[in-house]
Amino acid sequence: MTTLDSSKEINKIESDVSAHHEDFRMFGLITFLIADGMTFAGFFAAYLTYKAVNPLPDGAIYELELPIPTLNTILLLVSSATFHKSGKALLKNKNSDTQKWLIVTALLGITFLICQLFEYFNLPFGLTDNLFASTFYALTGFHGLHVTLGTLMILIISWQTRPKEGRITNQNMFPLEAVELYWHFVDGIWVILFIILYLL
Amino acid sequence: MTISIDSQDSNPKSLQPKGWLRYFSFSLDHKVIGIQYLVCGFLFYLIGGTLASAIRIELASPMSDFMPRDVYNQVLTLHGTIMIFLWIVPVVNGAFGNYLIPFYVGARDMAFPRLNAVAFWLIPPSGLMLVASYFIEGAAQAGWTAYPPLSITTPQSGQIIWIMSVLLLGGSSIFGGINFIATIIKLRRPGLKLMQLPMYCWAMLGTSLLVVLSTPVLAGTLILLSFDIVANTGFFNPVLGGNVVVYQHLFWFYSHPAVYIMVLPAFGLVSEILPVHSRKPLFGYTTMVFSIMGIVVLGLVVWAHHMFTSGTPPWMRLFFTIATAFIAVPTGIKFFNWVATLWGGKISINSAMLFSCGFIINFVFGGITGVALAQVPFDIHVHDTYFVVAHFHYIVYGGTVFIIFSSIYHWFPKVTGKLMNEKLGIVHFAITFIGFNLCFAPQHWLGLNGMPRRVAEYDPQFQFVNQISSLGALLMAISTVPFLVNIFLSIKNGKDSGDNPWNALTPEWLTSSPPPVENWEGEAPLVEEPYGYGNPIYQENQQKKR
Repeated sequence: MTTLDSSKEINKIESDVSAHHEDFRMFGLITFLIADGMTFAGFFAAYLTYKAVNPLPDGAIYELELPIPTLNTILLLVSSATFHKSGKALLKNKNSDTQKWLIVTALLGITFLICQLFEYFNLPFGLTDNLFASTFYALTGFHGLHVTLGTLMILIISWQTRPKEGRITNQNMFPLEAVELYWHFVDGIWVILFIILYLL
Repeated sequence: MTISIDSQDSNPKSLQPKGWLRYFSFSLDHKVIGIQYLVCGFLFYLIGGTLASAIRIELASPMSDFMPRDVYNQVLTLHGTIMIFLWIVPVVNGAFGNYLIPFYVGARDMAFPRLNAVAFWLIPPSGLMLVASYFIEGAAQAGWTAYPPLSITTPQSGQIIWIMSVLLLGGSSIFGGINFIATIIKLRRPGLKLMQLPMYCWAMLGTSLLVVLSTPVLAGTLILLSFDIVANTGFFNPVLGGNVVVYQHLFWFYSHPAVYIMVLPAFGLVSEILPVHSRKPLFGYTTMVFSIMGIVVLGLVVWAHHMFTSGTPPWMRLFFTIATAFIAVPTGIKFFNWVATLWGGKISINSAMLFSCGFIINFVFGGITGVALAQVPFDIHVHDTYFVVAHFHYIVYGGTVFIIFSSIYHWFPKVTGKLMNEKLGIVHFAITFIGFNLCFAPQHWLGLNGMPRRVAEYDPQFQFVNQISSLGALLMAISTVPFLVNIFLSIKNGKDSGDNPWNALTPEWLTSSPPPVENWEGEAPLVEEPYGYGNPIYQENQQKKR
């Protein structure tokens, strides 16, 4: 097969795919997020069962302070808003604004992680001290892993939205939209986590 | 974790390796991936089967003289894990799903071809890792359920490798599930309605929903278990204030639906095979669809029936007993429909049909013992005895593996363009059916009389019945020979099958056999009535469309 033939073939396949089907990548992502959410649901269920069934042993310390997690909640909620702003800017074809808002979002994510680490270092209990301490670190740690991955992806797409030669444009918004959905998902999980771990 | 997958494929399939080499490549063609799943799964089936033979040789005598007790525990754990996670789940979902679903929805490939290839290529390394753990410091010994505290206190390196391997296989399964849901919902040919899809699509949709909803919970649980082993936390360790019953709840929240992940696709496949070989429309299409979805919903809320002896409170026992008994209703509807499909049909007795009928017989038996096991007083009596072993082998071997063989006989001409040898096929069926029932039927008696499962030694009074069972296992091992001979002979010099040897109406037969790379030359046909047998006008139209 000559090169000309194969490039024709590529064009044919590409036009076939886009002509027959809407973009179903977002659908796949939503399915994945449902699966991811079920992992958290399993952790929450375990934590709530422990809380109902297993008493805290005598002398064990498990106390949480509210100020840092409250600040973290505000940070993540604001970052959801700034991410939304960047999407709006891209719709208006203002790539430099998009990039600016994305970097603000990433900075908020990094601040969240720093606050989280600060909280870890100042808590009066460690990972193996007791059942609730372990569950606390497992839950917040697993969520922190999600925030870390999200922040990295935001940094990557902020590079890809650079005004000249950027891959993400008005015409190709999917990467931005996908990371945005993921980010809102991680924020939502945090709100649930905040209520269950800190407020209940 | 989001992976951006370009639907516009920069590496078109025509540029990938041709011939047998493509089965060893990172191919994006759903047909190649399906065969990769099937062959890879079958190789692991041979390993798992060898382990099963070792177990039955050990159990032919009451003392542990064939292998030491700890080796027996490892063999048992590996047998269960390999058969479930590396043979049945990948083959009945991944292999047939990948091969057939794009045809059934009228697509040229799965929704995410690259994710599809990733999902397959996760399997061989994690399977090899699992098998290799035996040669390092010994494989896991806690059974495929890995219940703590047993899994925390037995040698740890094998258990950790087991956890990593199952996590990877779970990931593969989730990626596959996402792909199937997206393909069935989003990639249907324009004009094709959901209620016109062949039944296997519905079965795979239900299965994939279960995969997506329940497998992540298993992953989370195993992560916590690995913390207990590696970091000395106490999630499931009672010594450190943990709770073993929480592990059981989380584990069975996946592993009961896993039973349906293993049998629902088989239900779908048998619904494709029976109408073709009895030349009748599938009886009760709509009730089939609703019973699949009913099984999906009920399957998610019955998990604690595995835990009636774990100090379950009475209200929980009552709820889970009733919910489990209810599953018999949709399942019974399906069996009624299959028998009604056969009733008055023009039945051809060939290998595919024999295995499908064997499935119906075995599964009804396994289903009845399943309903019995859901009853608390009976379950407490036979819990963790050979009765349970007999029950679930009737489901997964007598049910699913029979259908895997049936499907191989049915779709072999599609994949290769050659017919399989019917005489060898019938020999294969006869030895498998007799061997299977000889192996597992006596185990009901053993369990009722109190022989515990998962133990290398037993009371000498059970020896005779155990030897009958081992004889059956020997027959099952032998039955693989005519099958493999048949496969190799048929690939090499089987009779040419033509495009549609069964005169079937489902869409995968409306193209050439073996199919071209993009499934159809030109437009995909619109199959509004995949089971329109016995309707001459319809069949004529269908032939014209080709």
